[in-house]
Amino acid sequence: MRQTEDHALALQQLYEGFRDPKTLQALAEQITERAQYLSRPLRIMEACGGHTHTVMKYGLKSLLPELIEFIHGPGCPVCIMPKERIDQAIALAQMENTILLTLGDMIRVPGSKTSLAKVSAQGHDVRALYTPMDAIQIAQQHPDKQVVFFAIGFETTTPMTAVVLQQAQQLGLTNLFFHINHVLVPPAVSALLEDDDCRIEALIGPSHVSVIAGAKIYQPLVDSYGLPIVVSGFEPVDVMQSLLMIVEQVLANQPRLQIQYSRAVNWEGNVKAQQLMEQFLQPRATFRWRGLGDIPFSALQLRPEFAQWDAEQVFAHHLSNEALDDHKMCICGDILRGIAQPKDCAVFGRGCDPQRPLGSCMVSSEGACHAYYRYANVPKIPGRSQGAVK
Amino acid sequence: MCLSVPSKVVEIQAGEMATVETMGVRRQVSLALMPETVELGDYVLIHVGFAMNKIDEADALQSLALYQEMIALMDAPHASN
Ligand code: SF4
Repeated sequence: MRQTEDHALALQQLYEGFRDPKTLQALAEQITERAQYLSRPLRIMEACGGHTHTVMKYGLKSLLPELIEFIHGPGCPVCIMPKERIDQAIALAQMENTILLTLGDMIRVPGSKTSLAKVSAQGHDVRALYTPMDAIQIAQQHPDKQVVFFAIGFETTTPMTAVVLQQAQQLGLTNLFFHINHVLVPPAVSALLEDDDCRIEALIGPSHVSVIAGAKIYQPLVDSYGLPIVVSGFEPVDVMQSLLMIVEQVLANQPRLQIQYSRAVNWEGNVKAQQLMEQFLQPRATFRWRGLGDIPFSALQLRPEFAQWDAEQVFAHHLSNEALDDHKMCICGDILRGIAQPKDCAVFGRGCDPQRPLGSCMVSSEGACHAYYRYANVPKIPGRSQGAVK
Repeated sequence: MCLSVPSKVVEIQAGEMATVETMGVRRQVSLALMPETVELGDYVLIHVGFAMNKIDEADALQSLALYQEMIALMDAPHASN
């Protein structure tokens, strides 16, 4: 194997270069200069929770002219998970002799009565994985148990589930099952754009969804809705440069699809990952998104030939499909649709916070409510005027 | 959970596995999704324990150079016309 240490680029530059304050300032100046020519406010949706996080963490709003508004879209797979699916995960975890596996913050999201974290505290075996690959090892270590992987995520995380299923199949594992909740970005954005209340005028395209699926998945959105779209990296400089590109598109009145994140994204994406997804998964007729309702063909399920691994089929008698409403104070749905901001919620920071989340947008660090809570100086004393939150 | 980190490949193992380094931290990742051959020293994006793709170094350098130009322009006294 060849040892290639002669890098022109240091790993550190991949981080620091794209977070550099001077670059941010230079971009902010250019955006401010160009935004003078905008005839009205420009509302830009970032359809990826990672971008919401970046916008809040680096205080990008304070660098930008007021005419540029952010709408935080449905881009966090935890935030859009409807309660009935969480209840299904809980029902699976409560089955006898079962280990329930999932990723990240999913464990803390409240279902209709409880959460995975709480049933875990009651003695059920629930584990958050660092990588879906660990599901294989856990299933091998516990041949006497049924191991269920509650799989979540957008296009980014779907091929990983496919690899795990492929391995399970090759190893002949009969005690590993998959509850598939993989969702797709373009149908959700389409559903938002079809909505009469829709206020989106441009889209910052997700970073890592696009690494896998390719920038091509957004072209139909440009064609159908004349929406300017720039696929952006997740660092603050990436987001600012993407905003500049969007402003230029709007000023030129030429909506199109551009890739800012060209160091990682191309038009076709990762074809090997796409083939794996297609081999094991197919579109689901419909999927209910928290706050957005039923969206046709917006999620995936296992292909019928893999029914023996499909937890929804194998354990169907344990699972209810009844649609459940959100907490009545929670306006996550409106936030995900871009018609409300976290500060519009009556219980934001006063009854709902990351320690005791009422809604899904407060659970995940990529959720809009969580990002606002963490990075804006929101007064926690009722009645005080709003701090830096705009 | 959609965040991914740029990392450097420091060791390649059998069974489509590799060790990568991310700002001083080393960990093992799967190469099962890589569409192309991975070599030592490559920069890759890691997501939930999998390398997703290679980062195009030339492209990254080009962006960084562009930003330096922008900063130079910003710092320069504004041209008179
Ligand atoms: S603050 Fe809590 S209750 Fe309010 S919208 Fe956000 S997640 Fe829902």
